[in-house]
Amino acid sequence: MHLAWLIPILPLAAFLVIIFFGQNLKERSPYVGIAAIAGSFLVSCYAAVTWLAGHGKTGDFICNWAPYGSDMIRVGFSVDALTIMMLFVVTVVSMMVQIFSVGYMHGDKRFPRFFAYLSLFTCAMLSLVIANTLLLMYVSWELVGLTSYLLIGFWFEKPEAMRAAKKAFLVTRVGDVGFFLGLLLLYANVGSLELSKIFEHHTLIAMAAKEVSIPAIGAIAAIILGIFSYGFAAAALKGAKRLPIAIIAGVAVFAIVFALMHSLSVSLSIAAIAALLLFWGAMGKSAQFPLHVWLPDAMEGPTPVSALIHAATMVAAGVYLVARMYPVFHIDQRALMVVAAIGAFTALFAATMGLVMNDIKKVLAYSTISQLGYMMMALGVGGYTAGMFHLMTHAYFKANLFLGSGSVIHGTGTQDMRQMGGLRKKMPWTFLTFAIGTLALAGFPGFAGFFSKDEILLTAYHWEYGKIIFYAGLAGAFMTAFYMTRLVAMTFLGKPRDPSIHAHESWKVMLIPLFILAFLSIAAGYIGIPGHSIFGHYINPEVIGIEGMVEHHFSLVVMLLGTLAGIVGIGIASLIWIWPVLKFDWLKPSFGWVQTIVENKYYMDEINDIVVIKPLMFVNNAMYAFDRWVIDYAIVNGVGWFTLILSRFWSVFDKYVVDGLVNLVAETSKIGGRVLKFTQTGIVQQYAAITVICVILLSWYFLILR
Amino acid sequence: MSSWILTLITFIPLAGALLLMFIPKERPNTIKWFAIVVSFVPLVLSVIMWLNYKTGAAQFPHGIQFEVNLPWISQLGVNYRMGVDGVSVPMIFLTTLLVPICLIYSLIIETRPKEYFWLFLVLETGMLGTFSALDFFLFYVFWELTLVPMYFLIGIWGGPRREYAAIKFFLYTLVGSVAMLLAILALYFATPAPHTFDMMAMAKAGMDGRFTTLGASLVFWALFLGFAVKVPVWPFHTWLPDAHVEAPTAGSVILAGVLLKMGTYGFLRIILPIMPESSQRFWMPLAILALISIIYGALVAMAQKDLKKLIAYSSVNHMGYTMLGIAAAVAPGVLLNDRATALNGAQMQMFAHGIITGALFLLVGVVYERAHTRDLDSFGGLGARVPVFAGLFTLACFASLGLPGMAGFIGEFFVFRGAFPASILITALATIGIVVTAAYLLWTVQRVLLGPLNPKYEKMPDIDVREKLCVAPLIFFMLLFGIWPKLLLDILNTASLAIGAMFK
Repeated sequence: MHLAWLIPILPLAAFLVIIFFGQNLKERSPYVGIAAIAGSFLVSCYAAVTWLAGHGKTGDFICNWAPYGSDMIRVGFSVDALTIMMLFVVTVVSMMVQIFSVGYMHGDKRFPRFFAYLSLFTCAMLSLVIANTLLLMYVSWELVGLTSYLLIGFWFEKPEAMRAAKKAFLVTRVGDVGFFLGLLLLYANVGSLELSKIFEHHTLIAMAAKEVSIPAIGAIAAIILGIFSYGFAAAALKGAKRLPIAIIAGVAVFAIVFALMHSLSVSLSIAAIAALLLFWGAMGKSAQFPLHVWLPDAMEGPTPVSALIHAATMVAAGVYLVARMYPVFHIDQRALMVVAAIGAFTALFAATMGLVMNDIKKVLAYSTISQLGYMMMALGVGGYTAGMFHLMTHAYFKANLFLGSGSVIHGTGTQDMRQMGGLRKKMPWTFLTFAIGTLALAGFPGFAGFFSKDEILLTAYHWEYGKIIFYAGLAGAFMTAFYMTRLVAMTFLGKPRDPSIHAHESWKVMLIPLFILAFLSIAAGYIGIPGHSIFGHYINPEVIGIEGMVEHHFSLVVMLLGTLAGIVGIGIASLIWIWPVLKFDWLKPSFGWVQTIVENKYYMDEINDIVVIKPLMFVNNAMYAFDRWVIDYAIVNGVGWFTLILSRFWSVFDKYVVDGLVNLVAETSKIGGRVLKFTQTGIVQQYAAITVICVILLSWYFLILR
Repeated sequence: MSSWILTLITFIPLAGALLLMFIPKERPNTIKWFAIVVSFVPLVLSVIMWLNYKTGAAQFPHGIQFEVNLPWISQLGVNYRMGVDGVSVPMIFLTTLLVPICLIYSLIIETRPKEYFWLFLVLETGMLGTFSALDFFLFYVFWELTLVPMYFLIGIWGGPRREYAAIKFFLYTLVGSVAMLLAILALYFATPAPHTFDMMAMAKAGMDGRFTTLGASLVFWALFLGFAVKVPVWPFHTWLPDAHVEAPTAGSVILAGVLLKMGTYGFLRIILPIMPESSQRFWMPLAILALISIIYGALVAMAQKDLKKLIAYSSVNHMGYTMLGIAAAVAPGVLLNDRATALNGAQMQMFAHGIITGALFLLVGVVYERAHTRDLDSFGGLGARVPVFAGLFTLACFASLGLPGMAGFIGEFFVFRGAFPASILITALATIGIVVTAAYLLWTVQRVLLGPLNPKYEKMPDIDVREKLCVAPLIFFMLLFGIWPKLLLDILNTASLAIGAMFK
């Protein structure tokens, strides 16, 4: 498949054209971007066809990139089933989003640049997907981070937008360090970063066999939990006793955990360590707890960006990374268990926050985090196919929902759902497509999400280590249906709440992508019907060389329970917000504090501020003070002054001792001269007398004494 | 011709400087353009030299080519020996690239232009000579030759505290030089009679065995001091922020772009080949100092309020990666490929830092010319007013924080990849630097370019043609070597293999 390199190159070309000629292109810039992505889509189709015709065997494109020693780092592209699925997701969603943006971004002063950035993002994302070495994946991974930064901060005059952009880049970069270290560890053990080399069976076995014990894990856990508890208490408490209580809480938690776990020793295989480091990177990109904090803030970016990058594609890159590296994860089940635990926790944790948000995009953002957790959870319990299937369906319906919310924001000029209501009549098409997306997300039978969620629950149900993940999955399904119904009710149903808002339906250029995505939100599910899954035929563990994974057969119980969770969620939410029989406020007296915590997003941002940012700033300034006053002032200038003082001393010494000696000689001769001058009287008689005395003395000396 | 090309490259700037003296100072434009034209000649020649350098010839002593060896002061065993290998060719190219850029940028200099351009050309000869000398005596002469012009460039054309900075720069570096001179003499007298200053002869023999362990250590640390001050390695770095803040823009570019590289070049050309056993014995202290430089430099950079000082401290941070690569390359018991990787990384990082930080200093100069301040808190929102400048500045910052696709990443990646087998712990700790570097650079971008536009700068003009001409080539090479590193690594790898092969 030697044309595959064209897939990322076309959007790159579009980026270059728009960035250099945007001033001349102006309103025509989107055509360039859309044409390029359409080209990529066609090449992807061609790639898919040749791949099918070649029965899954395709030539790789690979080239020498950088020499080291006697070896060479090579980078390249290759195409397989997983790649093709991702190529379709990325090209289709990107194309829809770009078309939608023509309307949404109309009149923006940096209109061309927006499409340039979108094209650059698409390029990076596509090359991430078709890369066949971990290095190129990492490179693309960072580049999507860059474009995410640029697009979140697209309206950089807004202070919130610029801060959100920085936060997104830095938090994901914390994750990237894990990816980077994982990459180095694999490199050191495999000797190559080419995926095909890493996945060689004997390599994997060797890495799984080498156990490394990790020291002091209990102590580290105790310190982290102690600091975290301190931060939580300091953030949640108000009033004068805040700090003492927080310190006590922190120390107490540290002491308890330390007492319980200090003797705990963990030993992991190299494969598991590498997998977990890679997962650490995936957690940053896919906003898994505790690195999820950047994604809700990223909603400051223009809504099409949220749809493309922060819902459908880039944030799914972490999930994709785990799936792509699945052989490494799978070889040591302990790594997968961590993935399952973090994924399930994130799915529930984020969903609770989705329940209480009033900003339409924030609800969708927490929903995205929750769904990404769902995918991770699926991968963790062995549901390789299920996780990928959900990634695909989610991309379509979440893009649909985000673009729908964009249409709402465009039509009303606000993001606050409390100001909306009754938009059903004014924006009927938006409502229709949004409702389809909602039902898909809620897992309503017949819609795409139903099939993928069912598949995930099925695998979780059969997980060999217990049913807990399955129940978490059910709870997640319930909450998802609940908050989505609340969102739709508050936005589209009932009566308009704010008379000052004059909503209008969006332009056709924005509605058409919504229709297409709504169609996909239904249709995408039907390639994965249980028992006849085309999706599962091409994307399953056996294709990537993992043997012995049981294929779970359709289970009516699981399907009924899953559907029930969704329908109950929709039902209860309807009884609160559509037909107000129940009241959310009833919970307040006894669970008000829970609500406060959740509404404050579990104080994660504040904790971050208290335990990371403030200490970091303190350390910076302390280091600088040290640099300035100790190293530079005391030592370097100290040496200078010491030299100066020394030179003063020597100059005094020089003046009074060395020069003194010189002067002493002079003085001596001077004094001598002064003394001797008394002999120079000019009186002849005295001279004669001295001569006589001298003669007598000399005669006496020579004649008598000798 | 081929053996004289180095001599031509090195001395054409000096010849230009001599001719420049005959142009009357009442004609500043003639002086400026004459100097610029002269500075392009070594650039062209160095490209020719690079293209004609045969890579892959890893014969000892590391593929020295374009060599000249003539007796100079034969009574003392001093020779005029010049030659280049994979370490020096890119450094010579970097120097000859940066000097014309600096001179074009300096077209705006109005005070005493004749002296300024004269000193710059003399400085170029000193730098180029340092990178091509293979005789210790000659090396020392060139090494010291760079000090004087830079002293005057800071002291005359610098900022308000220029005299303090210039003297500090001069004295601090001189302390290092004196230590190096003592080491050179010790090495000289340790060579078998007739004594020689020939570095290649010393490298071939490996000088550790000619001293006692203590003697070899003293020579090693004396050489270390000489080069570490220049790099600068923590804790010998405090001259750097002062010198950078006070130096004129072009001076900062040369300082960061070339003079710092002379320090790490000294490690690669002199310490590693001549004292291999001592280097290996002390690899851990070197690696720890490098680690401290990386993290400390990044943290202190984050505390800065002055844009130029921030970039100065970022140099401590980035040169720390180079030092880490050098230290890791001589760790005992790692494979030759890992050594070569670490050295590739160190050299790549040298080159990348030269062009990236050069570009950053130019851009700081651009904004300083307009705003007359470098106080980070006084900017804000310039991105909306000066989009081209904003794009270039953002690009340079991302290159500096090691974004893949640009040269800085290649350096860091290879350093980490090479250092990993030597010490996983130090490599893992050094990755903290990656995050902090990103933090302070993004924060800088935010404080300068983003947010609401400060009304003071409502009429600020965007970057002009001269400034674009200066920055564009640097951006070009950042991207070129970031996307296609093989172009540069082919030549670096030749040297890395040869140096790496000296260690077990």
